[in-house]
Amino acid sequence: MKFALRRLGFFVFTLWAALTINFLIPRLMPGNPALAMLSKFHGQLGPGALKALDILFGINTHQSLPAQYVSYLHEVLTGNFGTSLDFYPATVSSLIGGAIWWTLGLVGITTILAFALGTGLGIVSAWRRGGRLDSILPPVFVVTSAVPYFWVAMVLVLIFGITLHWLPSQGGFYVSTDTPSLSLTFFEDVLTHAVLPAISLLITTIGTWILTMRNTMITTLAEDYVRMARAKGLPGRRIMVDYAARNAILPNLTGFAMSLGFVVSGAILIEYVFNYPGVGYMLLQAVQGEDFPLMQALFLLITVAVLVAILIADIATALLDPRTRTAR
Amino acid sequence: MSLPISGVPTTLYQPGQWPGTEGAGPSRLPGARALTRMVGAVRSNRKATAGAALLALFVLVALFPGVIARDSPSADAYTPRLGLSTAHLLGTTAYGQDMFAQVVWGTRTVLIIAFAVGLAATAIAVLIGVAAAYLGGLWDSSLSTLTDVLLVIPLFPLLIVIAGYAHGGGPLVLILVITVTGWSYTARQLRSQALSLRGRDYLEAARVRGERRAYIIVVELIPTMTSLIVASFLTNALYAVLFASGLQYIGLGDPNTQSWGTMLYWAQNNAALQTGQPMWAIAPGACIAALGAALALLNYAFDEIGNPALRPVRRARGTRAR
Repeated sequence: MKFALRRLGFFVFTLWAALTINFLIPRLMPGNPALAMLSKFHGQLGPGALKALDILFGINTHQSLPAQYVSYLHEVLTGNFGTSLDFYPATVSSLIGGAIWWTLGLVGITTILAFALGTGLGIVSAWRRGGRLDSILPPVFVVTSAVPYFWVAMVLVLIFGITLHWLPSQGGFYVSTDTPSLSLTFFEDVLTHAVLPAISLLITTIGTWILTMRNTMITTLAEDYVRMARAKGLPGRRIMVDYAARNAILPNLTGFAMSLGFVVSGAILIEYVFNYPGVGYMLLQAVQGEDFPLMQALFLLITVAVLVAILIADIATALLDPRTRTAR
Repeated sequence: MSLPISGVPTTLYQPGQWPGTEGAGPSRLPGARALTRMVGAVRSNRKATAGAALLALFVLVALFPGVIARDSPSADAYTPRLGLSTAHLLGTTAYGQDMFAQVVWGTRTVLIIAFAVGLAATAIAVLIGVAAAYLGGLWDSSLSTLTDVLLVIPLFPLLIVIAGYAHGGGPLVLILVITVTGWSYTARQLRSQALSLRGRDYLEAARVRGERRAYIIVVELIPTMTSLIVASFLTNALYAVLFASGLQYIGLGDPNTQSWGTMLYWAQNNAALQTGQPMWAIAPGACIAALGAALALLNYAFDEIGNPALRPVRRARGTRAR
């Protein structure tokens, strides 16, 4: 319980730090770029929308910095991120609400797949140590960990999208011929569009799972209780899964949360390559269109998502492994 | 490794003189022996040799780009969209620039960013990580919290936001923002190693003979961590290459810089893949991948040197996602 509270404390503290960074960056930049941008829109926005943006970016210069900070926190914590400048009059929240499902679907499913596949391959690779699988996988994935995500995506687009014409390589569905609905054809459409982005993410993330799992598993296999299990004559499968893998999976579980931040980051560029309509692509559009309210809110959203994932993983690890509760 | 402390005549100690290293020629600096050992280890490890050779090749190209590519990388002097030929090894861009020259000249920018961020971020990481571990108490709690906070805030989105407000920026801006945001991972590793060294006898000996804290940290503690510091440098350099290229690719670098990421940006802007100019995107991407692989392979080897337990052929190695 004390452990959970401490992690929760860290969560709140980090969230506060992220909010503060978000508050300070535009104000610390020479000449507050957001201010310059927003003042251009002063004639076009309604008074209500304008007031929110004034608070978020510190246009109201007659307020002191601490006072600005208080009203900023109030706006953000009540979920008021203002109006988008590029998609006016849509609010930032409604735009994000539309994009987030695409990212959650793509990145969420791919991450779970990569975790499951990678952990499984790691287990088998350590169990059959020195075997064919084990001699190929580790060196290959040391190298792939250094390859840029987006470049893998570009190469896949070139091969399967442009040269072979096997799969669509742009967007989340055929915008011109299909409309979002709950039909089977739309589902199929979405699925075929997700294949290439998902494979790009899978290729670049699976290596970490394999290597971590394999190496922890090798350490675990040397433990006395595994030898004991062998001596008792238990079937190999049971030793592999119930004795070794069960204990070796903990670092991978912690890594699961840690890597989410990385996957979200990598997915931004992959969404960009595929023009995939998720939050990452939206973030880049917002940056390029200098839509600062949208950009700021998306950064906070991504940060909160990663923090929540880490909090959940921390608590899950503590529940599964009693040692971590006292170790920290 | 540790410096041979036993039998050090404390009163006779002169800076620069290390008992036991007299025969080691010019390598008198703390950590010099560790470096010599590392060079030996790199030569005996095939992965490390491949990484070092590849990195050396890139350094050579970065030092003498004019010798390797005669053409100017920026002059749009040739027929646009030429294919591969002996005159233009990788063809020309849609603007009629020689792509091989662009790749060659771009190497310099990328390596400058990699080395600058590697050095600066590692310096911060050593400072904060070692100070936290050695000073302990309130220092440790506050420095560790700072490190942990920065570690969990997603870096790439943060970089995008900063670069977005800064309206993109040249290599200097990229170096600055990647350094400021990127040191935390290695700081954490360095802290744990410094923590495990903290109780060692030779540090105790230094304390007993009344050395100042700064002296103990700089002269006694840090040299023993040389291999992990080199590994940190490689990690930071690798992330600098990937992050900077990513930022340049999405147009948040200065598009007039000669760099691999900028090439990818122009390739994307001109739909190079769709218009039959795949080399425009493939060549710079392959270079990023090769440089990244060189750094990763070297890093893998230094991990083994720093941690003797990992050294046997059948090694158990705990890698962690960043």
